[in-house]
Amino acid sequence: MTIETSRRGFLTGVAATGAALLVGFTPKGVLAAGPANAQLNPFVKVAADGTLTVILKHFEMGQGTTTGLTTLIAEEMDADWATVQIEFAPANDALYANLLFGSQGTGGSTAMANSFMQYRQAGAAARAVLVQAAAQAWGVAPADITVDKGILRAGDHSAHYGTFVDAAADLTPPAEPVLKDPAAFKLIGNATLPRKDSVGKTDGTAIFAMDVRLPDMVYAVLLRSPKFGGKLTGFTLGEAAGVQGFVDAKALDNGAGVAVYGTTTWAAIQARDAITAEWDFSASETRSTPQIEAGHIALLDAPQYEAAAGVTRADSGAALEAAAQVVEAEFLFPNLAHAPMEPLNCTIAATETGVRVYDGCQFPALTKPTVAGILGLDPEQVEIETVYAGGSFGRRANTVTDYNREAAFAYAALGGTRPVKLVWTREDDLAGGFFRPVAAHRARIGLDGDGNITGWDHRIAAQSIMKGTPFEAFTVHDGVDHTSTEGLADNLYAIPAMSVGLSDWTSPMPVLWWRSVGHSHTAYAKEVALDMAAKAAGRDPVALRRELLADDSNTDQRRLRGVLELVAEKSGWDTPLPAGRGRGVAVHKSFGSYVAQVVEVSDIDGAIRIDRVVCAVDCGVAVNPDVIKAQMEGGIGFGIGHVMRDKITMTEGVVDQANFPDFEPLRMPDIGVIEVHIVPSTEAPTGVGEPGTPPAGPALANAIAAATGKRITKLPMTDHGIEFV
Amino acid sequence: MSLTLKINGEDRQITADPGTPLLWVVRDELNLTGTKFGCGVASCGACTVHVDGEPVRSCQTFVEDLEGAEITTIEGVNGSVAAAVQAAWRELDVVQCGYCQSGQIMQAVGLLSETPRPTDDDIDSYMAGNVCRCATYQRIRAAIHMAAEKMEG
Ligand code: FES
Ligand code: FES
Repeated sequence: MTIETSRRGFLTGVAATGAALLVGFTPKGVLAAGPANAQLNPFVKVAADGTLTVILKHFEMGQGTTTGLTTLIAEEMDADWATVQIEFAPANDALYANLLFGSQGTGGSTAMANSFMQYRQAGAAARAVLVQAAAQAWGVAPADITVDKGILRAGDHSAHYGTFVDAAADLTPPAEPVLKDPAAFKLIGNATLPRKDSVGKTDGTAIFAMDVRLPDMVYAVLLRSPKFGGKLTGFTLGEAAGVQGFVDAKALDNGAGVAVYGTTTWAAIQARDAITAEWDFSASETRSTPQIEAGHIALLDAPQYEAAAGVTRADSGAALEAAAQVVEAEFLFPNLAHAPMEPLNCTIAATETGVRVYDGCQFPALTKPTVAGILGLDPEQVEIETVYAGGSFGRRANTVTDYNREAAFAYAALGGTRPVKLVWTREDDLAGGFFRPVAAHRARIGLDGDGNITGWDHRIAAQSIMKGTPFEAFTVHDGVDHTSTEGLADNLYAIPAMSVGLSDWTSPMPVLWWRSVGHSHTAYAKEVALDMAAKAAGRDPVALRRELLADDSNTDQRRLRGVLELVAEKSGWDTPLPAGRGRGVAVHKSFGSYVAQVVEVSDIDGAIRIDRVVCAVDCGVAVNPDVIKAQMEGGIGFGIGHVMRDKITMTEGVVDQANFPDFEPLRMPDIGVIEVHIVPSTEAPTGVGEPGTPPAGPALANAIAAATGKRITKLPMTDHGIEFV
Repeated sequence: MSLTLKINGEDRQITADPGTPLLWVVRDELNLTGTKFGCGVASCGACTVHVDGEPVRSCQTFVEDLEGAEITTIEGVNGSVAAAVQAAWRELDVVQCGYCQSGQIMQAVGLLSETPRPTDDDIDSYMAGNVCRCATYQRIRAAIHMAAEKMEG
């Protein structure tokens, strides 16, 4: 079988198939319907043969958007789930913006949260005009028409949606279409709805960016500076010219490296290995990890900013001063790579009017102007064809669109004469920066004579992810980058006098959000320190948390306590375990969702086996319960795998880890059963892609402490005395 | 020079150097892109194909060693074991990003062809070389058990 990637035209493609109905929003945000050639980019289109296609404004990196957004339209239209088609939207901020970003992009676990009403409205509007058209054709009242699996019926009449596309295209949809009563939902909340991307991803036909092939295309790899911030000063081809399939090698205009082109990926890789380059390291990161870690710890004593609203170090200091007992812990979190399974890559090819970018594109709103700027084009001349992304974990949503930028330079360096696919190898990926920042934390928790927490001073040192990026204005206020302190500065526990300080580390090495962003370290520090306080106070960790979340008038506390109680019940928290086994609990809110987890471990002759993870999640309305479970399972695996044994370290500015054996991913034998329980809710849906990750690491650490007495506050665990089986 | 490889039952002429990893021939020369590149060093299993019915890492299998061998990729895998595996994968919605799954499926078909009724331990050890960064492991385990049941009919 041959899969030749072809242009899947958007509006042109729709027009070519003949009559169709499009329903979506105009750039002014007004619901509109029209025929196939309407000047409107739709959320749903209905073809004359009844085929219904949902247009996805968010990309698919595994999080289930193709299923989630499709569910919303199919629900409101009572469509036939098995036959609904999906298509990724083109890059267009005006039409397909993430309502929470104001521009088109996926991230922060926002896809469902921002689309829930919008996609339902589009589906309801489509249904309304089609039903109205059918009512006119049949001479019945719209209210007399029922729809089931895309078939409309009234009395003796029955026909599929496609029958009415011409007539419906002339109708104006209601400005406020009536949405279904949640009690009538058939698809939303249905735990057995099969994923839309399941078949193509199990027979090899799903096209990822890496699989894009165009006539005359060349493959390129980039020879980059071994140290962050180095600039290319020259290169020697060496034996590269003799490599079979070698095409050319060009210095990039921005000094970032040498693009090496081949007729196959292998040819490009081989040729790159033969090239030697010289670099100017005067502005580079040249430090080594021990120095970087010590620098972070020193910064804890030199706080730059206070991040918790209305509480300063003086307030918590007074409480700590008066405390009967102070529990103190210092934490250290290493750099981590995202290492999505599909290494980064991007293809750029000429079109009649400009270029087309083929990418598992997470931030079209940034990619488009960046590529246009490099190539001297107007943004409208850059089209983006979004294809499946083989994972991201934050990596593809890059603040400077690094790999798109490289692809544009590599395309330009070859004169724009041939389509260029820029491919990263795994070695490029692990050495490529944009890591989760190193973070140091120090927690000091004061307890009174009765074991009550009276104050908490928490210090954080980390490199800011957002400063100097286009996102700075959103998350940096009064110097505090909230992505460095989130989850702690806005901690939900009722703790008197909790201060949170922040100091910024700076480096020429770029850092980036990594699945759950700041929560990836703040949840660990918070939940492990709290566990240590519970132990010091002689309190049960669940009971103490329940008490700190007791306020029923506080929605956050009530919902977080809800998942805590559910996980305690489902994990059998109150049933004692035999010696050598232990349970640990952690709870955390992130991206609007509340998650609690209990990890159960065994101590097998001094090594830890992870037996079981129980998770409870409250993410509002559970649109696709099985997708939510999958995201929790994946988020837990991601959280646990990295705290177990992963780190990126540097020696004089050069990354020490080369490939997976040095950055060993979670593997199947590492982890036992994961059970996920969803709290029934009628609240608006919130994120699920990230919230599963933050509690997993601390729940494991707390379980290990319960089983062995060992407290791991510096990661990864395998560097600090823990062995796993 | 040119070499002939038998892939998915067809003889294919290829032009790559003898020392080229099968992965890149399959993907870039023969356009069979269902087989994925994940690490290039036999550490992730994304590139798993069958050579004479056995799962191998195509990124570390070189074309010069493959003349006369029967090579099968995800595009060509068939038979009752593969059908059971793919059906189970779909029934349990194993995939997330999906990028590792061609390799997982090829490996799982290898396992069930050798051991039709594997235990959890059999599965864990046979599948340990296949990384899933999305951590779909527990569904993979369940899908292999389900496929085993389907095979018994
Ligand atoms: S690409 Fe072959 S094992 Fe990873
Ligand atoms: S499904 Fe994404 S890597 Fe396995």
